Amino acid sequence: MSTMAGEGARIAKAPLDSMTARQKRMERYGYLFISPWLLGFFAFTFIPIAASIFLSFSRYSVLRPPEFIGLTNYRYALLGGDRLMWPSIGRSFRYAVFMVPLALTGSLLVAILLNQKVKGIAYWRTFYFLPTLTPGVASAILWGWLLNPELGLVNYLIGGLGLPTPRWFASPQWALPGIILIGMWGSVGGGSMIIFLAGLQDIPVELVEAADIDGAGRLRKFWNITLPILSPVIFFNLIIGIIGALRVFETAFVATRGGPARATWFISLHIYATAFEYFDFGYAAALAWVLVVIIVSMTVLQFRLAKSWVFYQGA
Amino acid sequence: MAVAEGKMASRVEPRPRAFHQRPMRYIVGRVFIYLLIIVGGAVSMFPFVWTLMSSGKSVWELTAFPPTLFPQEQIFIENYTRLLTEVPFLVWIRNSAVVTGLNLLGAISSAAIVAYGFSRFQFRGREAWFFIMLTTMMLPGEVTLIPQYLIFHALGWIDTFNPLIVPAYFGGGAFNIFLIRQFFLSIPRDMDESAEIDGANPFQIFFKILLPLSKPVLATAAALGFIGNWNSFMGPLIYLNSPRKFTATLGLRYFSMGATAATIEIGSLQPMENLLMAGSLIVAMPCLILFFVAQKYFVQGIVTTGIKG
Repeated sequence: MSTMAGEGARIAKAPLDSMTARQKRMERYGYLFISPWLLGFFAFTFIPIAASIFLSFSRYSVLRPPEFIGLTNYRYALLGGDRLMWPSIGRSFRYAVFMVPLALTGSLLVAILLNQKVKGIAYWRTFYFLPTLTPGVASAILWGWLLNPELGLVNYLIGGLGLPTPRWFASPQWALPGIILIGMWGSVGGGSMIIFLAGLQDIPVELVEAADIDGAGRLRKFWNITLPILSPVIFFNLIIGIIGALRVFETAFVATRGGPARATWFISLHIYATAFEYFDFGYAAALAWVLVVIIVSMTVLQFRLAKSWVFYQGA
Repeated sequence: MAVAEGKMASRVEPRPRAFHQRPMRYIVGRVFIYLLIIVGGAVSMFPFVWTLMSSGKSVWELTAFPPTLFPQEQIFIENYTRLLTEVPFLVWIRNSAVVTGLNLLGAISSAAIVAYGFSRFQFRGREAWFFIMLTTMMLPGEVTLIPQYLIFHALGWIDTFNPLIVPAYFGGGAFNIFLIRQFFLSIPRDMDESAEIDGANPFQIFFKILLPLSKPVLATAAALGFIGNWNSFMGPLIYLNSPRKFTATLGLRYFSMGATAATIEIGSLQPMENLLMAGSLIVAMPCLILFFVAQKYFVQGIVTTGIKG
């Protein structure tokens, strides 16, 4: 609502219909400078969104003009006509349910660890961050090799400990844990860790000192000071994490192609295959909108839940 | 935390009992922390080390059991030469460089111009447009992906670099605009106002005053943008069809499916996992080097857009 305040201030000085020449010039310059984005917004975001809504109610495969078919696509997707659709959403959720808490806890722990006064800390931070910089394709290939059931190093080590060795990407039960493992390696030391690290460094020293005087132990300080102060940062990372996890694509696409027996056929793979392998663009658009509705409702839900646990220092 | 706690304990409670207890507990705590850091660091780094070692092995050694860490024959040079001669790897790397370079050029320059408009000019609807821009950051790409593909298809741009480059020239993405705008807002307005009094027009103010002061944020945007572009997979996957036009990530996947120069041109298949390891390392390398060089810009970018966003 700062719009109102801004307008109000300007109106107080000079009514809109009698702007000074300078104000008019400024207004024109403002629009001139943002015009690249405005054009891009209409061409690559607004019109595509409108087109995608329209497509989702049509049958379209490029060869013939789109044909309006009402809710048929959505009915096919949601009412069980598409046997792959709900299981693939379920898989994306299962991935998110494991991945998000693990990655969030992991990156918070790494951030706490890297917030210690340790020699060569800059090097350590770099080492932990490197997996994040690795292209998803490269890490999928690299881990595909490490997780090879017969020849891979991971099973060699697990077997060496006398434990049963999972068949990873060769088995429907172990393929999803394998994808989660790759995801964890690529994200625990990454962007959310750095955001946590910045949050940790913002914790007021006075609070920690006061707790020390009161004789609070380390766990108590973590629970009663660190976590509440970090809660907005945790919330931010949670939202980003959920959105990212529900859209998981690249690792599965490269490491398993959705297999074996569709064990890693996530909703994003389903959308991709529908559009760019079967060229069923209308139905793919409907699937994309289903995914967006799911993502948006998860985000709204998190914002609702946040009221009970996120603590803003300023407020 | 152990250090801070130790110091504080001595300040608050300077009794000799505490003094005797501290060193032992302190040392144990330190050892524990170093141990954790080293183990975690090793887990993060090990796949790279393993890949590096694998890239110097023969296919025979690579599939030997138990696995060896150090390559016995050490055919690094042979493997890397074969990679560059038998697989169009250099072409893929060059394609990635072209796409990344031209995309970044457009993204950074147009984002800076748009950020200038949003941060330095009053105009009707500014806050509304800015809000719309921020919401596009949250929009999952899936909804625009298909119509965008159809638009580029209609323009005859499929199997060209255009879909990966041209959109960057229209604003450079909400993330970059937001990042640069935040920086512009932190530059005092007195500078441009005095330049304006001296008769400078908005273009001169932008190029002569704001841009030179904004090198750090432009470097941040460029560093993050480089990684994003270099590693991007979905875009090239959808828009590029002929192997000679592939970018490095796409080429790597193609190669991992058993396709080499031989398969592309002749159509034979042979096991080349060792070359695949070498290729993965080469594709990952530019980003790793860039991060070593421009570390602080990455951290700045992630923190600014993360926390204040």
